[in-house]
Amino acid sequence: MSEPVIYDLSAPGKGVVTPPASPLPPLDVQAAFGSYAETDERARPHLPQVSEVEIMRHYTHLSAMNFGVDSGAYPLGSCTMKYNPRINEDACRLPGFAELHPAQPPTSAQGALRLMYELQTDLATASGFAATSLQPAAGAHGEYTALMVFRAALAARGEAKTRTVVLIPDTAHGTNPASVTMAGFTSKTIPSTEEGLVDVQALKAALGPDVAAFMLTNPNTVGIFDPQILEMTAAVHEAGAYAYCDGANFNAILGVVRPGDLGFDALHINLHKTFSTPHGGGGPGAGPICVTEELADFLPGPVVERVLAEGNTAAAGYRFVNPPRSIGRVRSWYGNFGVMVRAWVYIRALGAAGLRKVGQQAVLSANYLRVLLEGVFEVAYNRICMHEFVLSGAPFAKAYGVHTLDIAKRLLDFGFHPPTIYFPLIVEEAMMFEPTETEPLASLDALASALLSIAQEAETNPELLHSAPHSTPVRRLDEAGAARDPQLRWTNTTEVA
Amino acid sequence: MAYPNDRKYTPEHEWILVEGDEASVGITEYAQEQLGAVVYVDLPEAGDTFDVGDTFGEVESVKSVSELYMPVAGEVQSVNTHLSAAPDIINDDPYEDGWLIRISMSDLSELDSLLDAAAYEASLS
Repeated sequence: MSEPVIYDLSAPGKGVVTPPASPLPPLDVQAAFGSYAETDERARPHLPQVSEVEIMRHYTHLSAMNFGVDSGAYPLGSCTMKYNPRINEDACRLPGFAELHPAQPPTSAQGALRLMYELQTDLATASGFAATSLQPAAGAHGEYTALMVFRAALAARGEAKTRTVVLIPDTAHGTNPASVTMAGFTSKTIPSTEEGLVDVQALKAALGPDVAAFMLTNPNTVGIFDPQILEMTAAVHEAGAYAYCDGANFNAILGVVRPGDLGFDALHINLHKTFSTPHGGGGPGAGPICVTEELADFLPGPVVERVLAEGNTAAAGYRFVNPPRSIGRVRSWYGNFGVMVRAWVYIRALGAAGLRKVGQQAVLSANYLRVLLEGVFEVAYNRICMHEFVLSGAPFAKAYGVHTLDIAKRLLDFGFHPPTIYFPLIVEEAMMFEPTETEPLASLDALASALLSIAQEAETNPELLHSAPHSTPVRRLDEAGAARDPQLRWTNTTEVA
Repeated sequence: MAYPNDRKYTPEHEWILVEGDEASVGITEYAQEQLGAVVYVDLPEAGDTFDVGDTFGEVESVKSVSELYMPVAGEVQSVNTHLSAAPDIINDDPYEDGWLIRISMSDLSELDSLLDAAAYEASLS
């Protein structure tokens, strides 16, 4: 099934509704807008002329071709593609939230401020930190914001010019070195041991008076919780640097371990991962950061403060304040508020005990799947894992010429979203699985059974994998061609009047 | 896979071929195979100088982005300008047409610490 672009359905005269003629006198656009009222061809929007039923069918077809966590298992490692409960959507559409204007006086939006205050507090409590900024609009934005907070704190110590290096393990997400560079630091890679953990001796050797911070994802991207963490954060602090926790994998330890208790100074939390807000369409996301008491004064403003006015109940409530030594705003207005409502609802719907079960169940799901696969696939650093694990497709590549990309494409034919592939970089032909806590047992069994069938096909019929997928709306896409020679415009093949 | 004997190799999968006063630098057959289809190459400019081990550019494939490391210290004399329009040359011919940069070397003795073809090939298994 292929679907034309909507312009291909267009024909002159087809339309939707013709409104009755307006009783108002026509506006002289030229007189009203002068040179802004360009009337030449370039300025006129070439909108397609399509009937309503065609529009409905077009977009319904497209939506049916889409694959989301609502259609099937989506074990995209490191992305925490958990189901997003519908109660989140109900709540954020309540008129009291949905119809707020960010410019209205905070005194008239006390419910929204209370929700933000409680989310700040809940996130700080769950992560073991003193203060939260809800502003960052995504995980990488949170990384960048925390690094700017570190820089401001270093400047206050007179060390911003001397501490310019940020240490990052080789298992890190690519956003870490990118955030470091954006924030004006230089990144330096710390190698991993053969067990997939940070090489602590290499870390200690790299620590010095030029180091501003150490960034660590724990559990890391091979799904292992690094047990050396207390030794590492102590060494980082002894060297006068800050320890940053990339909270991309916070889901695995939710309610069990608090990064603040591990000696970290700051953490970002991807609300769209751990707290069940949509990943949809590349945004909006939210990547709040939580920091220690020492760093709280440097957080971006405004943050929400609760005012307890004894004896003067009229003054009690919630208000926006700027932390005293704030790095300033990192986002217009107050961040992605609709995302905050969803996360707040998720937290309140589950409660503390429920959040703890999230982490436990996510770990159990990953281990269940790992054990079903380990006899046939090579598991990198095979041991009890956290929320995700990494398979290496290298043996299949060597024996049958079947690569990880072929296995991932073939999985589409079985109705599953592929895992994250070719990441982390330290595992050859990597496939990274994160089933999340919301995947039912039967679905985990079906996913494992599909992968085991594919492993057999790799041996008996490798061509089937090389040419996969076979049952999708489009077949194997030319990814290299798309990157080398991208066609970013639809070309008008028929005249649109 | 083929690893020509006329040049030296790094553990990071670059090769260096000495030609008179200059040397050309590229990535190995193993590296291009691991990367998969190369879609973009970021190279330095003539006149840039680097120490041994410095990052002199990046090569991006459909799978990942990898940094390019200087096998020896030197100054860039020229870069392979064909690669910007046709980065797939690196996949098709990593040792000849797929060269990345030509450099003048500042310390010829640095070549001694690099791997020969046999040692490089042994390091891959």
